[in-house]
Amino acid sequence: MNAKEIDQQTLLQNEKDPLTHTPVHLLSLDGVGKHYGNIIALSDVTMAVDNGRVTCVLGDNGAGKSTLIKIIAGLHQHDAGVLNIMGEERKFDSPRDALDVGIATVYQDLAVVPLMPIWRNFFLGSEMTSGFGPFKSMDVEKMKDITLKELAEMGIDLRDVEQPIGQLSGGERQCVAIARAVYFGAKVLILDEPTAALGVKQSGVVLRYILQARDRGLGVIFITHNPHHAFPVGDRFLLLKRGKSIGYYDKKDITLDELTAQMAGGAELAELAHELEQLGGHGDVVKEVQGEVADVAQTTGKTYE
Amino acid sequence: MTITQTKTTSPAPDERVAKRSPFQKLLGRPEVGALVGAIVLFIFFALVSPTFTQPGALATILYGSSTIGIMAVGVSLLMIGGEFDLSTGVAVITSALTASLFSWYFTTNVWVGVGLALVVSLSIGFINGWILIKTKLPSFIVTLATFLMLTGLNLGLTRLIGGSVASPSISNMEGFDSARAIFASSVNIGGVDIKITVFYWFALVAVATWVLMRTRVGNWIFAVGGDANAARAVGVPVKATKIGLFMAVGFCAWVLGMHNLFAFDTVQSGEGVGNEFLYIIAAVIGGCLLTGGYGSAIGGAIGAFIFGMANKGIVYAQWNPDWFKFFLGLMLLLATIVNLIVKRRAELK
Repeated sequence: MNAKEIDQQTLLQNEKDPLTHTPVHLLSLDGVGKHYGNIIALSDVTMAVDNGRVTCVLGDNGAGKSTLIKIIAGLHQHDAGVLNIMGEERKFDSPRDALDVGIATVYQDLAVVPLMPIWRNFFLGSEMTSGFGPFKSMDVEKMKDITLKELAEMGIDLRDVEQPIGQLSGGERQCVAIARAVYFGAKVLILDEPTAALGVKQSGVVLRYILQARDRGLGVIFITHNPHHAFPVGDRFLLLKRGKSIGYYDKKDITLDELTAQMAGGAELAELAHELEQLGGHGDVVKEVQGEVADVAQTTGKTYE
Repeated sequence: MTITQTKTTSPAPDERVAKRSPFQKLLGRPEVGALVGAIVLFIFFALVSPTFTQPGALATILYGSSTIGIMAVGVSLLMIGGEFDLSTGVAVITSALTASLFSWYFTTNVWVGVGLALVVSLSIGFINGWILIKTKLPSFIVTLATFLMLTGLNLGLTRLIGGSVASPSISNMEGFDSARAIFASSVNIGGVDIKITVFYWFALVAVATWVLMRTRVGNWIFAVGGDANAARAVGVPVKATKIGLFMAVGFCAWVLGMHNLFAFDTVQSGEGVGNEFLYIIAAVIGGCLLTGGYGSAIGGAIGAFIFGMANKGIVYAQWNPDWFKFFLGLMLLLATIVNLIVKRRAELK
């Protein structure tokens, strides 16, 4: 196997933040775990997020990706391991806590209110006000201007910030959500499957905003199940399976093929080939799957029976 | 890669945005259906009954509308916030009974009772909201329970303390005259007596509209009604907003309860049942979505005005008032259909 895994034990001690050149990470997890009742959703996950780096979290459905981001975003609390923010151990009680230290999350279901105008959504929860005491009112014109300007700077060319955000396309809504996080001074940007429901072209647009956010110095956590989306933009790759980490790689140590092979799971493919063979009558399909197994075996250097 | 600034500041008009005429902008407002309905109804009654447009009759209609409208303000805000309250009708009576029975039993100045009633009304709102947040039950169930409990408490405590189904008269008690001046007097404008509740109603609508359109809290109200999970995820205090909305309803119930008490000086403990639907109807006719996230306080006011016009208009037209409920039901149905169409257009356009 060519891919060199980052050593879980030495990771948090030796690796240095590219911006501060200290071993203190913007955000790091050390052996974090979480269970719901008797269901172990996540166990012993170690990863780091740094300024101007994209950390991709890859895994199939039920791998624990959602649980991981819910812990970082403050929606759930971990019950094992340590969550460090800039070297300080933290446990968030609410999303507000996470937002206050600069962790912004763009959720799969977008966290926008469809019936509300774009500008109201953009500033939701962080509205600009003027005036004193009980006569404090929102600075509506200023907020509209900023919304239009910020979106334009992210390259999102909007028509009218008064229209309900529900009228925008999925990709546009993602971009508004990302622009919002960037504008409100997020240090860590969590993107939960931002490309899952998008077409090829729109996915490309979203990937471009991920790079823009990275170039602005944000630490990005990019959750996806698509290695083709993760590889071009990612700097580090954490692979999850059934709530456990099955690999943590630096970009220089892994290729797209190896990443895909790890994701695809050679063992599962081999099993599928066996099953199809036993059923019989699917000669072409069996051959195809066996071919894939061979490919996977070649890239990972393992053999599958 | 450097930061590519594809566009610098250019909030200039976009050629893809078709110029919207003021008329089209008006059509996009939630209360437009109700406004059209109100105008049609007004013209209709003005033609049918000549007395309808007399200043005195209009003042009566406004008074009738205000007794619904004051509550409709709170109920509209709550509905925009995604919840509704079935206990409002009896909560008004609870507030009036609290002030009346406390002042009478302890023979205090009635203003002490008025103050206590405010505390009780806000507490009822708080408890409704708090139970809702803690149990995550639908507001229908929680406030239905409150409705039943308050109905029972109103009857039971009034008999226990006052010995009758109605609260004892407090008209000769200290502070009654000043309280009546505040809550149940009339203001003479151009020879027409207009009840003070009309002004409270307008003031509440103005404050509620300002809060909704121009304050952070207004933004939160729309958000918790539109999508509570999304609102929570971006840091909106969902629980506090919802509890606050229930307490705002409590405040409105207090204002109306005090009016009822000082206008008639005794309160029937069994009253108020069924009125909660009138407030909800006013809000729905006014364009508030039952599912939350959309609506306006002005809409609720127009809904209350439609109610007031239909209620009194039937009398002025010398029809049998038996028909009133039928018209109310028909209007509710038409208004909800109009709202549905408006909402679909707003979403798809």
